[in-house]
Amino acid sequence: MTHVEADKPGMHQEPDAAEASQTTASAPKRRSGLAEFWYYFSQNKGAVIGLCVFLAIIAIALLAPVLAPHSPTVQNRDALLLPPAWQDGGKAAYLLGTDPVGRDVLSRLMFGAQFSLFIGVAVVVLSVSSGVILGLIAGFFRGWIDTTIMRVMDVILAFPSLLLALVLVAILGPGLVNAMIAIALVLQPHFVRLTRASVLAESEREYVTSARVAGASRFRLMFVTILPNCLAPLIVQATLSFSNAILDAAALGFLGMGAQPPTPEWGTMLAEAREFILRAWWVVTFPGLAILITVLAINLMGDGLRDALDPKLKRS
Amino acid sequence: MPILDIQNLSVTFETSSGPFKAVDGITLSVDSGEILSIVGESGSGKSVSMLALMGLLPWTATITADRMQFAGQNLATMSARQRRKIIGKDISMIFQEPMSSLNPCFTVGFQIGETLRQHLGMDRKARRARTIELLDLVGIPAPEDRLSTFPHQLSGGMSQRVMIAMALACKPKLLIADEPTTALDVTIQAQILDLLVRLQKETDMGLILITHDMGVVAETAERVQVQYAGQKVEEQHVKALFRDPHHPYTAALLAALPERARGRDRLPSIPGVVPGPSDRPPACLFEPRCTFATDLCRQTVKRQDEALGQALCNYPLVAGRPQNHPSQSHATDETRKELT
Amino acid sequence: MSDIVLEGRDLTRHYEVRRGAFRPAATVKALNGVSFKLNAGKTLAVVGESGCGKSTLARLVTMIESPTSGELEIDGETVTKSSKELRRKIQIVFQNPYGSLNPRQKIGDILEEPLKINTSENAKARRAKAHEMLSRVGLRSEHYERYPHMFSGGQRQRIAIARALMLNPKILVLDEPVSALDVSIQAQVLNILADLQKEFGLAYLFISHDLSVVRHIADEILVMYLGKPVEFGQAETVFADPQHPYTAALLSATPMADPEREKKRIPLTGELPSPLDPPPGCPFNPRCWRAEEKCRIEMPKLEPVAGQEAACFFPLSVAKSEAA
Repeated sequence: MTHVEADKPGMHQEPDAAEASQTTASAPKRRSGLAEFWYYFSQNKGAVIGLCVFLAIIAIALLAPVLAPHSPTVQNRDALLLPPAWQDGGKAAYLLGTDPVGRDVLSRLMFGAQFSLFIGVAVVVLSVSSGVILGLIAGFFRGWIDTTIMRVMDVILAFPSLLLALVLVAILGPGLVNAMIAIALVLQPHFVRLTRASVLAESEREYVTSARVAGASRFRLMFVTILPNCLAPLIVQATLSFSNAILDAAALGFLGMGAQPPTPEWGTMLAEAREFILRAWWVVTFPGLAILITVLAINLMGDGLRDALDPKLKRS
Repeated sequence: MPILDIQNLSVTFETSSGPFKAVDGITLSVDSGEILSIVGESGSGKSVSMLALMGLLPWTATITADRMQFAGQNLATMSARQRRKIIGKDISMIFQEPMSSLNPCFTVGFQIGETLRQHLGMDRKARRARTIELLDLVGIPAPEDRLSTFPHQLSGGMSQRVMIAMALACKPKLLIADEPTTALDVTIQAQILDLLVRLQKETDMGLILITHDMGVVAETAERVQVQYAGQKVEEQHVKALFRDPHHPYTAALLAALPERARGRDRLPSIPGVVPGPSDRPPACLFEPRCTFATDLCRQTVKRQDEALGQALCNYPLVAGRPQNHPSQSHATDETRKELT
Repeated sequence: MSDIVLEGRDLTRHYEVRRGAFRPAATVKALNGVSFKLNAGKTLAVVGESGCGKSTLARLVTMIESPTSGELEIDGETVTKSSKELRRKIQIVFQNPYGSLNPRQKIGDILEEPLKINTSENAKARRAKAHEMLSRVGLRSEHYERYPHMFSGGQRQRIAIARALMLNPKILVLDEPVSALDVSIQAQVLNILADLQKEFGLAYLFISHDLSVVRHIADEILVMYLGKPVEFGQAETVFADPQHPYTAALLSATPMADPEREKKRIPLTGELPSPLDPPPGCPFNPRCWRAEEKCRIEMPKLEPVAGQEAACFFPLSVAKSEAA
């Protein structure tokens, strides 16, 4: 009964073999998930550049204690506001110059990368986990639970995001951790909405009904059956939120509500150097550039991820 | 002279895993007043070849043809602008999904009127009169009232009638119907097929009916072209094809129909699946699934002449028996190798 | 002779449809009084066009939805809200092989999921059973580790069948299992279904609109129109000698792959009526060529006629004058 199709007498070939050879042969064509992902991702040159830059930033952040020429917090009274090395009066020891209290800008930027990445990761983890759970509950149970959750999210979205974050930090008190909580809360509604929409679409599919006929519990349906199929758009949104989190944290830092001095956070660095903008361009330019490059790299990468993960754009 | 004459049409798609030949050397011709049916399973390239003709394929497709002539004009060399003048006017097409083929934002009357304005430049009054006439022609009751209905207010059968009315608006010389009844219920399908055949006879246009349903073919077509994996494997008159299929694929396809099975015995099925781009056989594309395949079929495949339905097969069937097949002459593998 | 494994008594299912803020909600009678019996090892085909309620019937029978009224009995036990155990006895195969398999699960996990949920078998036993079932439906053990997107439509439908059989059900609901498949693949799947039925003594509730497939596989036939059964009988007799005019029209409208057959099509005018607003009396009367005054007022019941059952005042085997 293995060879179900062998019904014609004189069949010259094992029918199953024909079919099996089809699947095995087409396996390299259809590619494994990762290879296919990389194919579509690498089609987008900007995304690859973004990925490279992002990896470099991660490396710098991790190796900051080794790479940095100076401590980020030690103040050198002999080298206040030194210009970058290639300008008149610059010193080779301080490649990107020093700030008003004599700390090396390059070293501070390197250690600042640690903070920025940490903020990004923490905020994304916080907002994705809470957003996905709320979205799953809203989309799966529908009815008044759905309405309640979605109206609260609408209220959060109705505020200008930075303003809401400012208000929250003002209530919780300034500081890096509170700033991260505030930013996570502001970013979370996007995840709730996205998850809910995917859950609604996926719930209608027949494989969900099949699982239900097999007797799957609600918990199993939500987390094992439906959730993995909603991940692709969430991953894209998560990368874009990563850069948003860095930007918002820098903005809060600049307004004095985020990380407090002497933490070498990029936004805080900008805030401290505000009064020297006209005299010493380097104290504001380099932290600004660091923020720009990081956010741009992540956004480019996010674009590539969308190309690679969105099935609608494929096989055109 | 045939109204449509296509020689050796090929369509290749650029995909992530290299080029994929969806249509491979299709030759076809249709006379006016004739119903040609292109039949094949999914992946046989039957829709793609017609979309190529209409210029409706995405940019990833490369189209080549020795000849692509419509009413004496060469479609392959003409500019996109000239082609647009012909398509939608002299050649029109209806699709499988009537519900999504109509724009949900506009009324039925407006959409048919647009076609008339585009191609015939009629004024408002003439357009209205002609639209009512067309809706009446396709059997829509109370056509005056239907002018202002939106597509979502119509059932599937009614939408397909509207699509047919729109396709016929400019009195085309050729109508291509791509699975026109697949999405419809059986009783509605019968109505639409009868309508298509009646209109085709009345207007004396050519009709290409693309379908996978052998029953629809048997009841409507005059000449049938069977396609497999992008190739034409056989072409015959409909009665002859059903009586004596010459290509093993056609024969197997007909035998697999439950209605042609005797009693409730097992159905004679075709093992395996249609080859994909990565496991394309070297010569005959049906060879891995064919009962009669030999080594020769992996080296070369021969196009038979008109008398054998132009079957693309080394051992065409006559009355179900393969011709010149080694099993009949009791030749062993050794002797056949010497022969070839 | 054989035992009844599934019985429906006067099953109905109504849906409330909201029609905007200012109009009262309408009731759609998707299923309106359907009774049937299904014997072990037999195939009952439910035939009809869209909107006839055949898919609603499938959802009721598999307990995805519960009926508005009427009773369902599986294997001699009446189905209530709490009868989870009965779920194991009835499984379903859907029409679309591309939607019914979870794209993020491996074939092995798909097959083992029903066991994981419903039994306490250990991983090894589950795995062994999955492999066995794969070979039963004509797939190979190495397919166990693959994902659904690597399979063709026909192979996916085999996987769906294998999954449905993992819990050793007594009844399989087949909701248009071959209508999305190509003819050559369709034959493969129909053969497998026939083999499995013989081997496991399965009862099939075969839902389809394709009469040529039904003719091949069914023992008994239930023809439905607009949520109501219009004809029931042995497959051969219904095909040979339909009693209800709708059955006759449906048969004549089904295209046959024989160009030399004489076409005797019964032309049906008009469309299927909207289930929101069914005609009074017999639901088929606006399209029926035999309809008379009585049909527009009274609803005919399913009654025995010439060896089968038909819901018609003027069944085809009875001359019209006689019936009136």
